[in-house]
Amino acid sequence: MTVDNASFAEISNGLVYASIAVYALAMLAYAAETARRATSTNSNAVLQGSRMIPSPAGGARMTPDQLGLPRAEPTDPRPKAAERTRVLGAVGTSLTVLAFTLSVGGVAARGLAADRAPWGNMYEFVLVCGVAAGGAYLAFLSRQPVRALGVWIVGLILLALGLAVTVLYTPAGDLVPVLDSYWLVIHVAAAITGGGVLTVGAVASGLFLLRHRLERLNAAAPDARRRGYAASLPPAKTLEQVAHTAHMFAFPIWTFAVIAGAIWAENSWGRYWGWDPKETWAFITWVFYAAYLHAQATAGWRGVRATWFALAGYAAFLFNFFGVNLWISGLHSYAGV
Amino acid sequence: MTSVRNVGRNAGPSLAPDDGKQDDREPRRARVGWGWFRWIWRTLTSMRTAVILLVLLALAAIPGSLFPQRNVATDPAAVDKYAAENPNLAPWLDRIGFFDAYASPWFAAIYVLLLVSMTGCVLPRSLRLWRATRTPPPVAPRNLARLEDHHGWETDREAPMLLEAAARHLRKRRFRVVVTATEVRAERGYLREAGNLTFHLSLLVLLVGIAAGKLFGFEGRVAIAEGGTFANDRSQYDVFTPSAWTDVDDLESLSFRLDEFDVDYQVAGANPGQPTDFTAKVTVQRGNDPTPSQETVQPNRPLDINETKFFLTGNGYAPVVTVRDGRGEVVFTGPVLFLPLDANNSSEGVVKAPDAQPTQLAFEGLFLPTADVGPQGPYSMFPDTLDPQLFLTAYTGDLGMGDGVPQSVFALDRDELSQVEVDGQPINQALSVGESLVLPDGQGSLTFDGVSRFANFQIAYDPGKEITLAAAILILVGLTSSLAIRRRRIWVRILPCTNDEPRPGTQDESENDLSGKRSLIEVAGYSLTRRQAPPGEIGDLLAALKGLTGPGLVDPHADTASHKETST
Repeated sequence: MTVDNASFAEISNGLVYASIAVYALAMLAYAAETARRATSTNSNAVLQGSRMIPSPAGGARMTPDQLGLPRAEPTDPRPKAAERTRVLGAVGTSLTVLAFTLSVGGVAARGLAADRAPWGNMYEFVLVCGVAAGGAYLAFLSRQPVRALGVWIVGLILLALGLAVTVLYTPAGDLVPVLDSYWLVIHVAAAITGGGVLTVGAVASGLFLLRHRLERLNAAAPDARRRGYAASLPPAKTLEQVAHTAHMFAFPIWTFAVIAGAIWAENSWGRYWGWDPKETWAFITWVFYAAYLHAQATAGWRGVRATWFALAGYAAFLFNFFGVNLWISGLHSYAGV
Repeated sequence: MTSVRNVGRNAGPSLAPDDGKQDDREPRRARVGWGWFRWIWRTLTSMRTAVILLVLLALAAIPGSLFPQRNVATDPAAVDKYAAENPNLAPWLDRIGFFDAYASPWFAAIYVLLLVSMTGCVLPRSLRLWRATRTPPPVAPRNLARLEDHHGWETDREAPMLLEAAARHLRKRRFRVVVTATEVRAERGYLREAGNLTFHLSLLVLLVGIAAGKLFGFEGRVAIAEGGTFANDRSQYDVFTPSAWTDVDDLESLSFRLDEFDVDYQVAGANPGQPTDFTAKVTVQRGNDPTPSQETVQPNRPLDINETKFFLTGNGYAPVVTVRDGRGEVVFTGPVLFLPLDANNSSEGVVKAPDAQPTQLAFEGLFLPTADVGPQGPYSMFPDTLDPQLFLTAYTGDLGMGDGVPQSVFALDRDELSQVEVDGQPINQALSVGESLVLPDGQGSLTFDGVSRFANFQIAYDPGKEITLAAAILILVGLTSSLAIRRRRIWVRILPCTNDEPRPGTQDESENDLSGKRSLIEVAGYSLTRRQAPPGEIGDLLAALKGLTGPGLVDPHADTASHKETST
């Protein structure tokens, strides 16, 4: 018995809706964990986090974070409640893994339904971008303490998937002939992978700014008792490191996506670069991230200022996808909204 | 960030700053003239300036994507349309180059400055890298314990044997190694800076490739109906855009005939009316080759004749008509190109018969491949020819083609024309294949003989694109290695424990008679890049050495070491 294309299309839709439901639960679990951490981060923990100890060099007094020493986790005075918070986070991660798996299945079924790489129109692109962002987050989570990013990443994925099924939905079908090229597989896959990792980088960058502000305030007035969301985040140094790693990983992928796109454009339209709006915004994205990487190596710009460039790059990436597809007409407009 | 980095800077005499350009420091004493030049040069080549220029470049690229552009292929008429809609704003935007943003002086100024800044930074760095590769890894810092990943323990094994083992271990892992009587100095990851420089220099090569295309190449467009031929001569192009130094008299010698052009549409399924296939079958005659060859051209599969490429980029219908004049003579017969207006290929066009007597004739109207008439008038329901019809009106008079002003084949100059009327109403008739529009008073007629298609070819010749591609590949390789490779150093030092206290700072080798005495062995690593060295690297070396010495009797730095390991 064979399963025909229409059934695969239905299976795909079912899996996508299921993954939305599970992602929603994951977000609830993460949000609850975040809320508990933010409220239970008592002043004691904050003081631990920013306590001044003499640096070995005998120079500036530094926090354990800056020295890279293990930082005391924000402790909850009630161990049972702390345990519950931890379990909530673990549940969130498990649900995220499940939802991620479901969405991978949904994308795969979509590919089988259409007999092609499942990223030929905007609906599919958003779907696969969600998979890429989820995958990138889980990959980071397996080696870095980045669960604090989870609620935001899952929220963004949920938003993207929700938009996909409501506004962007397109039935599975063939592509217009100009998209019938193996460069579709290569170029778009690279853009999606890059986008997924950039999403992790952008979330880490945003949280870094929040946390950095708190640490600066703490350093200025060590006795003030600051609490709340920023105090529950990992140290700014960790967040910055995560963002930097994500961007360094994503930047060559994005470069490759742009080059592959140029090669395909040469093969399809007769020129490799024509300042089509899509090309232009890919270029703008690339240049902002290049500015970020250079600023990270510039005294006085490292850290906060550099991070703003990275966020500008991510904004350009988002605009390229939503703004350019929906508002500006260009050669990429066949992508089928 | 910083204590660790400062330690590193002090650690060896030849440690270059990690990522980069020197910060802009003004020269101490600037002599007039030369000093200014130096100041400008140092400011221009500083990293800060590069960052600012990059951000400016990104911002300057934005207007070109929001306003219609003259030299962007999407819609050649877009600028004129915009100017008609915004008559007050458009001239000002034009003056500051917003309709040709990527060729504007301000855009050029930014990228030229950026390139100068980059070159001014990269060339000295290339020199520094060249020197660094010929300089052995530096002497271990006096106080190894201050480095990131420090381990030390005591042993009674002989130093030369241990140092040799450490050197072997590191050489096998492709470190550059120098062994002295007391220490092993090892460094790895020179390719990081090599990749970084390759990336930046390849950007210059990329520009050479782009410039070659812009100076020697050309672009053109031509629409050919089925059965039509094209010879590669400037006069045959509908649009021909040569570059500054294109040799327009020496285009690739070739001609071809469009034998057949097939388009398939989805009839059922998710997207009925969406095209599924375009195939142009052509017979190509190459310059010196007497035998013609059959080729097919499809989207993404251009016809490539010695680097002159023909891309299938558009299509439409060309109704075949025969026009007879007032004398009954055939004054025109053949396909006429109609411009498609929408996804269902409603097309508009004109038929001109300048040879008609006693008066010139012209016909204007719509071609509808699957015609229907709705409340808003005739329209097409489907892009394929299920029920092709022509809806035409007619004009007589002077077509205005004799005065030498070039005319569009898709539009009429109505100045000297008058519309043919029947009973006081403009003549207007729908024709199916085989039917004729007969003008009153024996002025002439038009017969709709059949439907053929036309194909639009984009023709491009770009002699620089191989250079550009090679540069792009180098860019990618250089970028990836500069981001992935970590430059780092490892030192292993063995000094005798002469007293209770080890004397790590001792460099005098005459004191180092290690035979039969206890010695302190120290291992430390230092990353010259932002990211830390691969975590297992020191661990492997430690395991190898401890395999020779035993676990170590005392580890004076155990506390700090364990702290640092857990902190990653």
